[in-house]
Amino acid sequence: MTAAKENTQTMSTGQKISNALSDRRVHLAGFGVGILLIAIAPYLGLYPIYLMKLLCFALFAFAFNLLLGFVGLLSFGHAAFFGMASYISAHTIKVWGFTPELGVAAGTLVACVLGLAFGSLAIRQRGIYFAMITLALAQMVYFFALQAPFTHGEDGIQGVPRGELFGFIDLSQTMNLYYFVMAVFILGFFIIYRAIHSPFGQILKAVRENESRVTSLGYNVTALKVGAFTLSATITGLAGATKAVVFQSATLTDVHWSMSGEVVLMTLLGGMGTVLGPLFGAGIIVTLQDYLAGMGSWVTVITGTIFVVCVLTFRRGVVGELTRMLRIHS
Amino acid sequence: MKRTTTATFGALAALTLALPAQAEISDDVLKIGVLNDQSGLYTDLAGPGSVEAARMAVEDFGGTVNDKEIEILSADHQNKPDVGSSIVREWIDEEGVDVIVDVPTSSVALAVNEITREKDTALLVNGGGTTRLTNDDCSPTTVHYAYDTFSLAKGTGQAIVQEGGDSWFFITADYAFGHSLEQDTAAVVEENGGEVLDTIRHPLDTSDFSSYLLQAQGSGAKVIGLANAGSDTTNAIKQANEFGIVQGGQSLAALLMFITDVHALGLETAQGLQLTTGFLWNMNDDTKAFAERFAERRDGQYPTMVHAGVYSSVSHYLKAVAEIDDDGGEAAVSQMKQMPVDDFFAPNGEVREDGRMVHDMYLVEVKSPDESEGDWDYYNLVATIPGDEAYKPLSDSTCSLVN
Repeated sequence: MTAAKENTQTMSTGQKISNALSDRRVHLAGFGVGILLIAIAPYLGLYPIYLMKLLCFALFAFAFNLLLGFVGLLSFGHAAFFGMASYISAHTIKVWGFTPELGVAAGTLVACVLGLAFGSLAIRQRGIYFAMITLALAQMVYFFALQAPFTHGEDGIQGVPRGELFGFIDLSQTMNLYYFVMAVFILGFFIIYRAIHSPFGQILKAVRENESRVTSLGYNVTALKVGAFTLSATITGLAGATKAVVFQSATLTDVHWSMSGEVVLMTLLGGMGTVLGPLFGAGIIVTLQDYLAGMGSWVTVITGTIFVVCVLTFRRGVVGELTRMLRIHS
Repeated sequence: MKRTTTATFGALAALTLALPAQAEISDDVLKIGVLNDQSGLYTDLAGPGSVEAARMAVEDFGGTVNDKEIEILSADHQNKPDVGSSIVREWIDEEGVDVIVDVPTSSVALAVNEITREKDTALLVNGGGTTRLTNDDCSPTTVHYAYDTFSLAKGTGQAIVQEGGDSWFFITADYAFGHSLEQDTAAVVEENGGEVLDTIRHPLDTSDFSSYLLQAQGSGAKVIGLANAGSDTTNAIKQANEFGIVQGGQSLAALLMFITDVHALGLETAQGLQLTTGFLWNMNDDTKAFAERFAERRDGQYPTMVHAGVYSSVSHYLKAVAEIDDDGGEAAVSQMKQMPVDDFFAPNGEVREDGRMVHDMYLVEVKSPDESEGDWDYYNLVATIPGDEAYKPLSDSTCSLVN
């Protein structure tokens, strides 16, 4: 009797938390705290360049998660958008003398166009074929980057001036740059958050669950998917273009297929299909890479091992498992 | 009146704050960061050997400079410019590293060069070879120490053309170093009346050279110039052997070879190759003493010119820092330029205003297995190229520091 009573009580608390997790006000409060944390993080002794790298990769993973987690499309070519945008932003700033915001915008725009083109081609196939086509297209971009004169092949574009934002904010001051990157991150995150919680996002989720049913309801599924793909590529480009400004360089690493793999890893590790998962995934991977940098190629072995452990023991990713535990145990 | 006084005091206070830190060794410790390839194709020629060489230099200097501890850090840049530059950025920002040493892979060296220039940190390049470091991209905080592509071209290129190898085909590593080496060698070949038939570029760290070698074979060039380094060079030579290129009448010119590459190839394969080096370990008693000490600490591996260069450049840097008691990049490097280098590596070396350390280079020929008198006895000295001929004259420099 008491046990049953307790049980109902647990259920209702679980329900409450579950409701709370999807309540918009709770979300907004959470974001407020998050933004505050990001804003003060450099003053807590964390290295600003590391934080900026983390923000760029988290944005990249958010964009990727939009596609994998909410539409169920596994793209294996996102490095193409990330890398190309960083090349374009580095080149326009260094050679054409663009201001940083224009350079980043140019990089993002190119990624958007590239995303539209790749999306329209690749979306005709599903599953592994879709992944393979995106990989093939991305490899084409990689070899373009290797051979095109403006990318300088193996050398990459180096020594990109950070310049002055809007012509008067000096980005060579690390903290100015930090808040610029933070603003870009929040903008990108907000776009994705809105997209997920809009009717557009709801239909995307419906596509993921049952494509034929959405078609039968009268939606143009192909257009929806291409739209989501392009949006994801654009935000990826925004992240890549910003990274070029932070590190003052654009290199082949950004456009190499292993970068596409890394973002899959971040998304899965953090929790596919959760809003905040990619942030945690990116945090784990970037931190590992940073702290293990001295160990050279062992980094790959260690991240590989972590990936295997993640897939075997907590398949929902860090955030996915946490949410589930909150729902079950409380 | 009172107002003016306050304003004056305010201004004075602001001035004091704005003044640069006094000339002294920052953070009471001098940190040396050895950055190179520790897992890839340039591991043998630089890698842990360079870290050991730096350690030897510090020990021989007494472990401290003006009573300040000397610390050595090392990291693997994986031959990637972005990895190298983020390590260096963090070293300087977070660890307070005062000097970066070695940096093979010219693309990484150029990337690091931009950061050390911006952050006023000294950079002593030994492993990297591109002449851009002392020309278009020269920096008041950079010294280019052991060798450069111009000196290799001058040594090996000239010798081969003068022996009749007057038509060339280049197999070039497709990055800053390869381009630089190919360009400098082509200039030397043409200057001496030879011609360049064609060029083909391969990605860094290639294992299969067959298609490049077949094209080179088909070109009919007398000389196949290998404008690459490390295992790229040794792979190309081994595979050229399999294709019978040398037996077919063409000759191979390895434009950059280190003693570790010869060791890896074996004398049977490498014999007869001419190459240019900045260091001969068995040249005299001083060089032998260093090489044997090094080999003892490195399980029998003898030093390449990069290792010897790291030792010599770190010693020279420490002397300069001790002299001025300042570890600022520009200050230390300009002091290095004022003091002559005089050690086993460069008995009459000098650091020029463009950052180039000028010293004698040696044209050598790889011995046959019969000639070799023991382990690591690989070279016959053919000619000594005096420093002022081996390096690009200052009058031709495009460096902005040269008036």
